Amino acid sequence: MTLRQPPLGDAHEESGATLTEFGGWEMPVEFESIRAEHEAVRESVGRFDVSHMGQLTVSGPEARRLTNRLVTNDVADLAPGESNYAAITDDRGVMLDDTVVYRPPVDWSVEADYLVVPNAGHDDEMADRWVDHRDSWELDAAVENRTESFAMVALQGRDARGLLAAETDADLGELGRFETTVGTVAGVETLISRTGYTGEPGYELIYPWNEAETVWSAVECQPCGLGARDTLRLEMGFLLSGRDFDPEENPRTPYEAGIDFAVDLDTEFVGRDALEGADVEGVDEKLRGIELVDRGVPRSGYAVESADGDRLGTVTSGTMSPTLGRGIGLAYLPADVDLDESVRVSVRGEPKKARTTATPFLDR
Amino acid sequence: MSFDVPDDLRYLDSHEWARVDDASARIGISEFAQDELGDVVFVDLPSEGDEVTAGDEFGVVESIKAVSDIYAPLTGTVTAVNDDLTDRPELINEDPYGDGWLIEIELSDDAEPDDLLAADEYSDQIA
Repeated sequence: MTLRQPPLGDAHEESGATLTEFGGWEMPVEFESIRAEHEAVRESVGRFDVSHMGQLTVSGPEARRLTNRLVTNDVADLAPGESNYAAITDDRGVMLDDTVVYRPPVDWSVEADYLVVPNAGHDDEMADRWVDHRDSWELDAAVENRTESFAMVALQGRDARGLLAAETDADLGELGRFETTVGTVAGVETLISRTGYTGEPGYELIYPWNEAETVWSAVECQPCGLGARDTLRLEMGFLLSGRDFDPEENPRTPYEAGIDFAVDLDTEFVGRDALEGADVEGVDEKLRGIELVDRGVPRSGYAVESADGDRLGTVTSGTMSPTLGRGIGLAYLPADVDLDESVRVSVRGEPKKARTTATPFLDR
Repeated sequence: MSFDVPDDLRYLDSHEWARVDDASARIGISEFAQDELGDVVFVDLPSEGDEVTAGDEFGVVESIKAVSDIYAPLTGTVTAVNDDLTDRPELINEDPYGDGWLIEIELSDDAEPDDLLAADEYSDQIA
């Protein structure tokens, strides 16, 4: 299978980045070193090419109704310039993907009442899902998969604002979390969103694919790959679609995954009734943070056991936290396992002492 | 990018090096190997007195992104372990042929240093 190339693919190749396959795309995993990139974001600012993220535009008189029936959060109340985080569930309440849904500002030149940003490799599936439901519900809305119309760059870290402010005419001072505005960056019309996947303040920039390099080079700072993106998100306990939940490999509801805040049972979305039952009865298992006390690195697939050696669950994501200097991970554990309970992670057959912990792992 | 491959060492094609000195050898991983791995964050090494066998794995080096088995270039008994790596595994990145060494062994009688790759042979392999 040919991998999809981001619009910055040539630039990454020239920069000497190590590339990897992710969600069907060939993306940079590391430019300099994961640790250096991670630290740049935690201490100053870094830029990520996230053009592999999907972009669906939904427009028309019933765009709102359609989108609100396909995501778990309430997007009907979003005013232009607002966005929120949501899951996309099937009728069992199982998460197919997670997404940010934007109501773009009215002055964006792109025709879009809603912009839905699913994860890498899910764009076709979600576009089909929107189209199929539009047709079966007979709603008046246009759905377009615009993933290969837009470049997307994340600028993350405490110095992101100063860096971006010098390159844009947009007023960043007024922009709250999950708010978006439209401005030019290096002369290119850009949807500027105060969102991210790192726990640091910062922006995600969505702009025309063929201008990819113009904006990327205007916001010059440490380029960061998917390696640092993963360590940064994991320190915050943010979910990775396909890893921390997956409809085939690891079917989970938003409640199990701990994103209750993204579920609004007052709206009529696919999966709502199943989730209402789960909400009342409670979940059997819940995604927990795991922090190693012993030296070692929890990795996806490692067993989590009780102090007595009983199997409790499996690590879904794990790494050595560059900030904490300790092994951290996520695992679905029985709901009666408390926070700060002693557990063990089996690292190549050796039980390592660990404890359960709330996420995020970092105070942010 | 070219990597340092010191002439006075012998190599395994799995990227370990051995500095043989009479009946003993110091063992580590090559500069190429540390670069492939990226930031090393954890090492799992044998203890003094353990036996290692040429071609068999004797430990693990973990970077942020990968777990890699390490193989013994030579057969022998472990006489020293680089304890500095416990707190500073990044020494493997910073100085793979120096402070980032892994273990020292006393060679067994049947150890075959001549079976290992010479520097030029290893350089060709990673070129």
